[in-house]
Amino acid sequence: MDFNLSEEHLMIQKAARDFARTELLPGVIERDDNAIKPIEQIKRMQELGFMGMMVDPKYGGGGMDTISYVLAMEEISKVDSSASVMMSVNNSLVCWGLENYGTEAQKQKYLVPLASGKAIGAFALSEPEAGSDATKQHTIAKDMGDHYVVNGIKNWITNGSDSQYYIVIAHTHPEKGHKGINAFIIEKDTPGFTVGPHENKMGMRGSHTHALMFQDCKVPKENRIGDDGFGFKFAMNTLNGGRIGIAAQALGIGQGALDLAIQYSKERKAFGKEIGHHQAIAFKLADMHTEMEAARLLIHKAAWLKDQHKDYGMAGAIAKYHAAEAAMHVTTEAVQIHGGYGYVKEYHVERLMRDAKLTQIYEGTSEIQQIVISRGLLRD
Amino acid sequence: MKVLLAVSHVPDTTSKIRFVNKDSEFDKTDIQYIISPFDELALTRLLQIKEQIGGMHITAVTVGGADVDPTIRKALAIGADDAVRVDAEPTDALFVARQIAEVFKNGEFDFVMTGKESIDFTGNQVGEMVAEFLNIPSVASAASLELNGNIATIIREIDGGKEVIETPMPFVTSGQKGIAKEPRIPNMRGIMMARKKPLNVVPAVEQAAHTKVVKFTMPESRGACKMIDADNPAELIRLLHEEAKVL
Repeated sequence: MDFNLSEEHLMIQKAARDFARTELLPGVIERDDNAIKPIEQIKRMQELGFMGMMVDPKYGGGGMDTISYVLAMEEISKVDSSASVMMSVNNSLVCWGLENYGTEAQKQKYLVPLASGKAIGAFALSEPEAGSDATKQHTIAKDMGDHYVVNGIKNWITNGSDSQYYIVIAHTHPEKGHKGINAFIIEKDTPGFTVGPHENKMGMRGSHTHALMFQDCKVPKENRIGDDGFGFKFAMNTLNGGRIGIAAQALGIGQGALDLAIQYSKERKAFGKEIGHHQAIAFKLADMHTEMEAARLLIHKAAWLKDQHKDYGMAGAIAKYHAAEAAMHVTTEAVQIHGGYGYVKEYHVERLMRDAKLTQIYEGTSEIQQIVISRGLLRD
Repeated sequence: MKVLLAVSHVPDTTSKIRFVNKDSEFDKTDIQYIISPFDELALTRLLQIKEQIGGMHITAVTVGGADVDPTIRKALAIGADDAVRVDAEPTDALFVARQIAEVFKNGEFDFVMTGKESIDFTGNQVGEMVAEFLNIPSVASAASLELNGNIATIIREIDGGKEVIETPMPFVTSGQKGIAKEPRIPNMRGIMMARKKPLNVVPAVEQAAHTKVVKFTMPESRGACKMIDADNPAELIRLLHEEAKVL
């Protein structure tokens, strides 16, 4: 067993850390406060190749492994998880899904611009009445022979107003249950497709989340991903990998808060000494670090399994479940360590705490991860 | 146009500094190494010029054993086209300068660029010594570099103002803060391509070192800050007289 990172891994980690410090940190509080998208910063991330890290270079990507991706996700999420969620969706959901299941023509037309930083993508599965239970799709894609006609509403869509290309999950044969679901690539300017206003969220406010409306939206047949009825499996397989990215995001949010808490514990004095020298604070820091280190190891293991082409479904669910819960706890404790300062925006930790909450909810809630893990245990 | 960029392999700025062998050697245990930041800024400026005028080939050169390969590959990841490692432990500035001068002679380069100093020994000598070996102009501590055909315009910050120097190629210049705003962050493709770019290992030429480090000593630790009550200026005066002895 080798826990050493390669020379390239270390370079990627450092590049992401330097980028986060020099280009994401300035203005991060103001962007959160006013729900301003990190547009310029995302452009830079596209130039630096952070938006298509794992895609084969022949399709414009970086050709990197999943370990590289989670290292970069952690560093960027320490500073700005609004930017990192935009990165996560493009990398783990959109590019990964297209590269693994798209036709060559779909890859040339859509994956190349998405992976090489010329376009952004979105992944639309959730609906107003279908979240964790993704089989209950109300969006319908009616087969018209040479094209489909899509009608319905998608909810909570990250990159909703930033994307050129949307992967949309819809029912074609409702009578067949989840085997009647398909995934489609829908372009931004398709007639009948409109994007609703962005949600006023608790955290990750720089990333805009939208409802998408489809009204008699004509989608060419060649934009269906995979065989007829493959959509549900496509979505589940894609989310399996996406979890590793969100786990790394949660880790970054927690580690960012822990780093700030350690620094503050060395500076702030109470009762004649630095608060880090009071056992009440020191033990909190020990617990926080232990939780983060455990999350990191779980994530790296899941990423390693994926890179080895081994089954990573359970490992990804464990990593995401633990990392999200740990991030919520660690960020809450970081606010506590900062006392009153932690409750004001200037000190960053309150934002990280609000951001952490979302990692327990999206790309499979913690409870869904518990279902995945327990089903894995009880399977005969 | 061919440019030779000399980079040094130095401990990360956050390293804990310790010495061994009766304080005559730096303890390398657990030290993370980086490209010296001034060299990184120099490379960044070269890449900006390359993007502006095109047709520039940048060769990164360093002196060291195989342990410095990751550092020189970082220069390749950021954007240098190829690299040369002179395979020898660098003994002093003269030794390093001689090796760089030899690489220059063997490669039909138009000029040499480096950082004003490596951040470990901060000798600020290698650039000038290379120029001396090659008998070509040397402009140290450049805060700006522009190229116009065969002529370089370099701005140096001097006491109370700026000095603008023009020199024809070939020349040696060393960059300081200001030569580029921030060191360039390598892009993901660059990192993955770094191993595919040529890194040529060449033997060193003989050059006796002229200096030897006898001993290192740590700077005295800065004492704790003493707070004096704002209502008691007499105490401040007393301390400045009696303890700091500056009055």
